[in-house]
Formats: sequence, C-alpha cells, structure tokens
Amino acid sequence: MSGHDSKYFSTTKKGEIPELKEELNSQYKDKRKDAVKKVIAAMTVGKDVSSLFTDVLNCMQTENLELKKLVYLYLINYAKSQPDLAILAVNTFVKDSQDPNPLIRALAVRTMGCIRVDKITEYLCDPLQRCLKDDDPYVRKTAAICVAKLYDINAELVEDRGFLEALKELISDNNPMVVANAVAALAEIQDNSSKPIFDITTSTLTKLLTALNECTEWGQVFILDALSKYKAADAREAENIVERVTPRLQHANCAVVLSAVKMILQQMELISSPDVIRNLCKKMAPPLVTLLSAEPEIQYVALRNINLIVQRRPTILAHEIKVFFCKYNDPIYVKMEKLEIMIKLASDRNIDQVLLEFKEYATEVDVEFVRKAVRAIGRCAIKLERAAERCISVLLELIKIKVNYVVQEAIIVIKDIFRRYPNTYESIIATLCESLDTLDEPEAKASMIWIIGEYAERIDNADELLESFLETFPEEPAQVQLQLLTATVKLFLKKPTEGPQQMIQVVLNNATVETDNPDLRDRAYIYWRLLSTDPEAAKDVVLAEKPVISDDSNQLDSSLLDELLANIATLSSVYHKPPETFITRVRTVQKTEEEEEFAEGTEGGYTETSSSLVVDGGVPLPQPPPAAAPVPDLLDLMGLDGGDDNNAIVPVDQPAAGPPLPVVLPAATGQGLEISGQLVRKDGQIFYSLNFENNTNIPLDGFMIQFNKNTFGLAAGGPLQVPQVQPGTSVRTLLPMVLFQNIAPGPPNSVLQVAVKNNQQPVWYFSDRLSLLVLFMEDGRMERSAFLETWKSLPDSNEVSKEIPGITINNVDATIEQLASSNMFFIAKRKNGNQEVLYLSAKIPKGVPFLIELTAVIGVPGLKCAIKSPTPEMGPLFFEALETLLSHRG
Amino acid sequence: MAGAASALFLLDIKGRVLVWRDYRGDVSAVQAERFFSKLIEKEGEPDAQDPVVYDNGVTYMFVQHNNVYLMTASRQNCNAASLLLFLHRVVDVFKHYFEELEEESLRDNFVVVYELLDEMMDFGYPQYTEAKILSEFIKTDAYRMEVSQRPPMAVTNAVSWRSEGIRYKKNEVFLDVVESVNILVNSNGQIVRSEVVGALKMRTYLSGMPECKLGLNDRVLLEAQGRSTKGKAIDLDDIKFHQCVRLARFENDRTISFVPPDGAFDLMTYRLSTQVKPLIWVEAQIERHSRSRMEITIKARSQFKERSTATNVEIEFPMPADATNPNVRTSMGSAAYAPENDALCWKIKSFPGGKEYMLRAEFRLPSITAEEAVPERKAPIRVKFEIPYFTVSGIQVRYLKIIEKSGYQALPWVRYITMAGEYELRLV
Repeated sequence: MSGHDSKYFSTTKKGEIPELKEELNSQYKDKRKDAVKKVIAAMTVGKDVSSLFTDVLNCMQTENLELKKLVYLYLINYAKSQPDLAILAVNTFVKDSQDPNPLIRALAVRTMGCIRVDKITEYLCDPLQRCLKDDDPYVRKTAAICVAKLYDINAELVEDRGFLEALKELISDNNPMVVANAVAALAEIQDNSSKPIFDITTSTLTKLLTALNECTEWGQVFILDALSKYKAADAREAENIVERVTPRLQHANCAVVLSAVKMILQQMELISSPDVIRNLCKKMAPPLVTLLSAEPEIQYVALRNINLIVQRRPTILAHEIKVFFCKYNDPIYVKMEKLEIMIKLASDRNIDQVLLEFKEYATEVDVEFVRKAVRAIGRCAIKLERAAERCISVLLELIKIKVNYVVQEAIIVIKDIFRRYPNTYESIIATLCESLDTLDEPEAKASMIWIIGEYAERIDNADELLESFLETFPEEPAQVQLQLLTATVKLFLKKPTEGPQQMIQVVLNNATVETDNPDLRDRAYIYWRLLSTDPEAAKDVVLAEKPVISDDSNQLDSSLLDELLANIATLSSVYHKPPETFITRVRTVQKTEEEEEFAEGTEGGYTETSSSLVVDGGVPLPQPPPAAAPVPDLLDLMGLDGGDDNNAIVPVDQPAAGPPLPVVLPAATGQGLEISGQLVRKDGQIFYSLNFENNTNIPLDGFMIQFNKNTFGLAAGGPLQVPQVQPGTSVRTLLPMVLFQNIAPGPPNSVLQVAVKNNQQPVWYFSDRLSLLVLFMEDGRMERSAFLETWKSLPDSNEVSKEIPGITINNVDATIEQLASSNMFFIAKRKNGNQEVLYLSAKIPKGVPFLIELTAVIGVPGLKCAIKSPTPEMGPLFFEALETLLSHRG
Repeated sequence: MAGAASALFLLDIKGRVLVWRDYRGDVSAVQAERFFSKLIEKEGEPDAQDPVVYDNGVTYMFVQHNNVYLMTASRQNCNAASLLLFLHRVVDVFKHYFEELEEESLRDNFVVVYELLDEMMDFGYPQYTEAKILSEFIKTDAYRMEVSQRPPMAVTNAVSWRSEGIRYKKNEVFLDVVESVNILVNSNGQIVRSEVVGALKMRTYLSGMPECKLGLNDRVLLEAQGRSTKGKAIDLDDIKFHQCVRLARFENDRTISFVPPDGAFDLMTYRLSTQVKPLIWVEAQIERHSRSRMEITIKARSQFKERSTATNVEIEFPMPADATNPNVRTSMGSAAYAPENDALCWKIKSFPGGKEYMLRAEFRLPSITAEEAVPERKAPIRVKFEIPYFTVSGIQVRYLKIIEKSGYQALPWVRYITMAGEYELRLV
C-alpha cells in the first residue's frame, strides 16, 4: 500500500511560495489539502515556508483528520518563529480539545503542548485540565505526558494550576497506559525539581506493580525505571517486590528485561539471605544471556551493562563465559565489549579455552580488535597467577607470527607481566630482543627499553642494545626518551664500566642541554645530581623495589559502580559515567542556533602556543647543587618508571571543594580533560588552585605541571600532587608556588603559560593571567611619614596614572576594606571639591613598594588611579589587577 | 533517571535528513546531520561505530535498515535499551506499512510517516508500536476513508495488541516450532559453544477475543502435575514471551495463557545451552602443492537419524581472495566458486541422515605474493540447512486450546522444523 507522496517534493522553482499561497486559499478542499502537503514537503527538505503561516492556518478548521494533522505539524515547526500569528490557532485548538472524537481531542492537547510559545501555553491550561479528566483513556494518557511538556516550558504554571496533583491522581487510574504515562511524566518532573514531587509510597508501589502486568511494553519500562528508585523498608519487603518483578524477566522486550534486572539488583542490596541471593542470581543469568541474541545495538547496551553487573555480582555469569565468545559476524563494537567481559570472567577453570579464543582473535584483521585481544592475554596473565606461564607461551607464539602490530602489543603487555612477576620469566628476553628492529611505536619501544634497563645485568649485550637507540635520541618521542634515560642510568648503576659511563654522559647531555622537554630535563637533572653526590643513594632510589601491580584497569570504584547500577539500561550505564557528567540542562535551544555556523576543528587551538613555550634549559653546572627535597619522594612522584605503574595510586588528601574555578583548559581542547585554575594567596603564600576533571573514559594519572618563564619567575614550589583521576570524577589540589625562578626578560606582562601532562595524553598548554593581587604582601602597610617621604623621593617620571571608566565607588569605607583584604593598605584620604582622594600603599616581593592615589566622585562611574613606584613599568599590571578587584564587587 | 528522546531522525545513507520529528525543541537538525554524516564518512562501515555516540551535549543512537538510518537524539539520561529497541520497532511498523523501508518508500509516504511518528512517540517517550492496530486508524492514501477515525479501543486497553470485532469464516491457527542451532567449532575440532534457539511462530485467524492455552512437554509443569515425564519432557533454559502471554500466571503455575494478536507473531522464544551434536559435520583438508596450486577436500557428514532428511544444505567454504581457475567435483549436489564472497559454495538439495558426501576442488594461486602480506581475513566454514519434522530439543506441543465465547471450533496446525542458525566451523 505504498503512497505517492514524492510528487509533492517536485514543485516549480519559479514563484513557488506565491503559487502555494494561491493553492492554500483555493476553494476546493482537495486542492487545499494537496497544497498543505506540498508545504510540509518543502518544510521536510528544509525550505523556509514560514511566510505561509496565515494561509496554512486558514486550513486548520477542517473535518479532515489527515489535513488537520498536517496543519498541526506545520504549527509545531513554525509557531515559534511567528508567535503573534500562532495565537490565531488557539481558538481551533480549544475547540478541538472538546471535539466528540477522542482522537481529535488528544491531538489538540498533544500538539498544543509542543508549541513552546508563552501566549499559547496560557490557553493550554483549561483544555489540559479537562483532558486529564476525559472519559477516554487515550485522551488521558496524552494529557498526562502533556503535563510534563508544560512543566518544561513553565514549571510554575504547572504547580500553581494544580496539575501535579491531577497527575498524581492518574497513578490510580483504572487504565494501565494512563498510569504508565503519568509515571513517566512525574519521574521527569521530579528529575528537574528539587522539591519532593514524586515520592513512591507503599500504596503507590502496590498500584504500580499491578499496572505493570497490564500496560504496554514501553509503559512497563517507565514503571520499572521509576520503581527502581524505591527503597524498600526491609529485606522482607524487598523480597516481596522482587517476587512481583521477576516474571518480567520472561518478557520478549529486552528493555523490559534490563529494567527488571535493574530493579531486582537494587532490591538485592537489602536482601541478606545467601539462599535468596543465590536463587535470584540463578534466575537472572538466563535472561541476561538471551540478551545476546538480540539486535547488535541492543547487545551492545546489554554488554556494557553486563560489564557493570559482573563487577558487583561476579557469580551471576561465572559459568557462562562461552556465550561471550565472539562470532565471526559480530560487529566490531560488540566484539570489543565481549572481550572486556571475557577478561572479567576468566578464571583458572576456563583460562585454557579463553586463551584459545584470544589467540584466534589475535589473527583476525581488525587491528584494534587484534591489539585488544593481545592485551587481554596480558591482563589475564596479571590477573591469574597460575595461568601466567600459559599466557606467556601464547604471547610468544603470536610474536613468532611476526605481524608487526601483534609483536609490538605483545611486548607492551609482557613488560607488565615482568612488573607483576619479577624474576620469573626473564628466559624469554632473548626472544623479545629479536624483534627489536621492528619496533616503531613509542609505547612498544619504551616497553622494550624498560625491559632492557630493568634486566641489564642478565642481558649480555644490554649496552649494545641501548646504544643502538642513542643515536636517534633527539628524534625519539618523549616517552621513549624518558625510558632511555632511566634505562641507561640503570645500566650504569648495574654495570659501572667504561661503556655505560660514556653512554650516560651522552644521555645526560642529550636530556638536559639539548632538550626542550621540561619533564625529561628535570628527570635528567635529578639523576645527574644523585649520581654526582651519592651513587649509593642513586642505587637505592633507581633500583628500588617497585610496588606490585594488579589488573584493576577498567575496574570501577565502588561508589561509582553503585550509581551506575542504579542507572542500568540508561546512557549512564552505557558510558560508565554518572549522568551529570554528560547531561547539560538546556531548556530550549533557540531556533537561531540552526543557522549558526559551528566552529569546526577547535581542537588543537593551542598548538601555536606550544611552539612559543620554550622553557629555558639553563646552563648545566658541572657540579649541580644537591636537591633540597627528599629525593625518593620526588622520584616517585615524577613517575620514574614512566607509564608502567598506571595502577599504583598515590593517595593524596584532597582539599575540600571550594567555589568553582575558571576553566583554563576546556574539555574540548584537552580531549576530555578539563582543567580549571586560579592563583590564590593564602597565609602569605601563593598557591595555584587547580581542578582536574576527567571526562575521558580512561583513568588519567602521572600528572605533572610546568610553568614557562614569566615576569615574576613564578614556578611550582613542589610536585603536583594529583592521584589517578577516574573517568567522570575530578580532583582538586593546591599547588604551592615560588617566585623568581625563571624570570622572563622584557617588559612586565601578566601572561602565565602553563604546560600540564599526564601518562595518557599529549602535553597540554594553556595560558592563565598572573594577577598582581596575589603578589601584594601582608606587610605592605606604610607609615604616613614614610609614605610622604617615599613619594617625594621618587622622581615624577616614576608616576603613572590611568582612568578606569567602568568602576564606581559607592562607599569609601567598603572600598577601603576591600582593598585591605587584598593587601592594599589605606593611609589617608582628602576631599578635593566633590572628589574623594584616597592614598594607599602596597608591596610586592623583594620589597618593591607601590604608592597609590585613587580619585573618584562617590556614586559616579570613573576612577582615576595614579601610582608611584620604583618600578613604574609595573603600572599596567597594577591597573589590571585593581580593575579586576573592584569590578568584582558584590 | 527519567529521560526521553529529543528528536527522531530518518536519514539517508550519506547521513542527510530525510524526515525528522522534533519532540522537545532542544536539538538542532543541522547539527545532528553534520555530526552524523561526518561520523559515517569517517568510519566507512557503519559497523565500526558504536551505536551510541556523544557529541556536544547530545547523545545520538542509531540503527540502520537498508539505505536508511534511524536515529534518536537526546539530551537526557534516557533509557538506551528502550530507545534502540524502539527504533527497531519503528522499522517493523514502516515495513508493515510500506512493505519495504527504504529512502524511496519514506519519500513516497512522508505524510503517513509524520503521522506515525506522532503516534508512536510523544515528547520522546515510546507510546505505541503495534503496526496492525496502528493501521486501523492511520492509513495510507490508498486506504484512507473520509470518515473521521477514532482510536481503536486496543490502543489503551489491557489487551493492546488485538482489536475487537475480528471475524473469520474459518477459524484456524498455525503454529510453527522453529529451532535454530547455533554452533561454534574451533580449529581443533572442539565444540566451543552450542545452543538451540527456538521460536513458536504463530499465525492466528480467529474471530472475536479468543482465550488460548498452550501445553508443552515442559518438565517443570509435568512434574508439578505429578505426571510421568519419562523421556518426553524437556528443560527450557530461558523462555521469553510475547507481551500477550500472562507472565504472572506462568510464574505461578507454568500455564501459557494468552489472547493472541491477529495474524503472525512470535508467541515465545526459548534457549537451550545443552551440548548439541553438530547435525552436519564438515571437515576440510587443504593441501598447497608448490606455491601456485591448492587442493581442497571437504567431507560433509549428516549426524542425525536416517528417517530425517536435511534440505537446502549450503556449505560455504572460505577461499583465498586471489584463487583462480577452479576445478570442482562433488559426490552429491553442485558447487560453485563465488569470488564475490571469496568462497566456494556447495549446495545439496536433499541430505538424508547418516550419509557422507565429498567435494574435491583444485585452484590456482598467484605464485608471487607480497612480502609483508596483510593477514587474510580468516572466515570460518558456514553451513545452512533445514530439517523438517524434527526438533533438536524434543519439544512437543501437547495441546493448544482455543476458547471463545461464541463457542466456535478452531483448528490448530502444528509443524516442526530445525535449521542452522550461526553455524560456524573455524578452519585450521
């Protein structure tokens, strides 16, 4: 029964709109209908037909349902652009909402709710009130959703007109579909409100559980999702609820099944009887397995959820690992998720079969999948001690196939295996070294170099092997350079002979004088200092025993897991992130946004900065001064062994959360890493208050920070103490700062260029402002006499002044207090006509005073500011700081 | 936790918007189109892309059907399973309406498409997806009548899948028990996984509001009734029912009772994960003579009772992409080289139980190969077949009772068939 609507798309180009206008006003019904179809066709292909608004509206009063629907559709699309004309439709809407045909009543109220024009919304209330009490359930179910629509446009109106109460009454409606829609509407309203609107009481629970048996499959999902928030009073009630919900596991609709699983898991938290738990797990396993026979997209959602479920209840699917074996025709996104779950379910009992599978996958064609399969073997080796040897032999077999990316991936995971089981599998090093020449990926190279350094004493030609890399040292990526540096030091400490000694000279030279990379340089200097002051200490530090690693990658933190499990089947459970990390509450996007050009390719916007951010290497001293900080700590924090201890978490006390900081590196630029920061002064010290927010889907660790040369030589006073940041979380820290470290020559400016890196991402560069406000010292108060004397002693050429037009002084005392809080101290004031003149003093480090004269008329915009200082070139910075401070007044 | 879609898009193969319905006014079609077309352009195959993607505050979820993408956009933490499944149901509804869902049929029926999108989803919440009932009040031009339609009672009824007042002269029910065997054999010849997925496919042509009750040889039920179950009863691992089946009743006493929809539907599906002996076993020997010639010997053996016969057997054997000059001989059936699939396809019309057939093939291969050859896609041997009048599980329909208040007699017809599902044997 195919239609022929496509003919409406082909219209004559010339005078299309006038032609349509004429047809819309035709006296013949059929012609008018055809014309409206043409208008909708034009709208569909994106032409602007809003100018036909009144003409289309004229067709609204019709008995023909099809035509009416089309006019309504037109209205939904264009009412916003013609709000004044849209009001003309109200009469028809109101009339239709009382039509004898329930289809038309529902259509009217459904459409009105979609028209987001304030004036129309006012007229919606009365029809909505009626429709909520309509005899026909079809109208009531539409009205229920319409309350949520109205709430989205005007929440107050909904509350004032008592729609919430009416909606709550619908929960007791005798029609299950009405109940389900009322639940969906209430749940959404509750999500957007801080007031308790939709509390599920015991009696609501009973009603909803009854409706569950009778409403449509989609309605069952609404009800189950809403009920999963219900907190049972005790284990008994929880068991009762679960009993009512378990039959849903047999529903053909996968969404019903997943929502039922969510609800059962929530209630299980309250149940303590191991028998009941075991029984429930047994009941949930088959439906979860059957989800894998669904459409691939559903399988994907199911797999992401199963990943969460097995983390909380590993027993559920412990015996079902085979169903996660990849099929040849599975889409790649399904295969990737299956692999993840196979690793989670791998055990001593099934590892042989699992390894056979992984080996099979490692010879497939999709490179990403193959790499993941190889990595999976490594992760199983780390997880299952007894199977490690078998895992290694599979890896060695794979290396023999000599497919380049397989070899490289294998070497990366073998490095981890060496970390996990030191001094166990070194016999295979010789085999690994055979592949040395084929390595071209930084991570694989770095891993191989780490292995050589770590086992230098067992590899006869370790020095030769490392030396082969040294020639290309300057061209290597940072990751490889760092590992080469460390490995060479290890080699030297283990074999302090002539060869290594020469090598270490070359490396240290390359890694200090010749490099622009601050991390490399810092690490090299630390080694250098250590080696030249106390070689024994160097041994203790560099060759120290490393903490044991475990495979907790992709293992979620327990509270996050709780939250995600409460969100089973939703996007949150697919992303493995709490909802607030990806939900942005946007009430209404203005139509204009469509026309707006969106800037493309914003990523990499900071690349120009990176080239200008050349951190000065300095001249290496023949005998570098011994480092003041306790060295082992420093080395540890610097991530001596590079990326290989991802799993070692350094616990750090997190400073209590304060007010939000300005964003200095937006997530869009930082590939999901958002950094906010601000310089602050606390107790006479400068800190950089920083917040790292991880919006990526991997944990980030090994954070380090570096500041470019700046006017005041501001630099980090210690290492950046940031622990591993889990996906979807953020970490706040206070970094103590010191002054006069790397002073930039040239005229003073307030630019502070910062570089931040971590183990997972490239180095990020961003710019912040260095405000003088944080430099003003607590002891900047001058005696009146001293002030006068200094003022006189400085030549007039040391005076600079500026008019700041945007600032109004309303209250002298408040202003003085405000300035004092930023360490600008009041000395005297006088009146000059209607002007107030204030004198203040301030001091920045190295004892540089600022003598300040502020002139303003109270209540009138405009502030004149004059300063005298031995360093008048600081003037612009001072004015900038003053302006920031005073314009931020409450 | 509540959440709904903001808009639903129907896009062409390049990701351009054909039709879209804005439910919440908080996403932009231009932005969605730009994002999505970039995505599919980048990935080449849609397969490679996760079906749930996030961009700039909006989550897009999509499925593909023929040359059309169906996609939701959402700004809330909506139920991903429900929305993706809903998209598949939308496909079903469109297929019911237009016979086939493709770019052309959407253009040809855009008025109905809008009407359906308005009825199936409200404010981004899935509402109603029963194609049969929808077509009672939303009709395409050819069937549209000038009377004003009313919503069928079914839309809001507890029985939302069946309208009242259906009449047939002859009341009949056809029940097909279809079992698909999924099997995966690894290169060592071990069965890595095997399962049977069964479906009870029904076609009902019944008047009025019939009450149906289905009896199976379900061990749990028979034991509960204290009947002997010797050799006849079966254990069903996981059963899924069509929404018409009363789940609570089944949970209580294992009775399968329902008011069926009109026409075709899947009454229930079930799964058995017991070890199944591969019904058709395939072994292959590959010999590479010198570097340019390859000889393959394939043995296919039927491992079921002689009284059954497999029909339409197809054995797809993967071949190197650069094989030429095939020379194939078979002891039964016909075989042809299908270079477009890089496979040798062996078809046997009728394959009785307990038989073994052979295929021998010889191919030429180019004697020169690239030194750094990319590994070949290692496809498994795939087998298709059907065995009528036979089920692996031994499931039996004991009775199908149909009771309607008018008291007519209805005839139930039951058929059994087993077929190959995902039947893969990996090569060495």
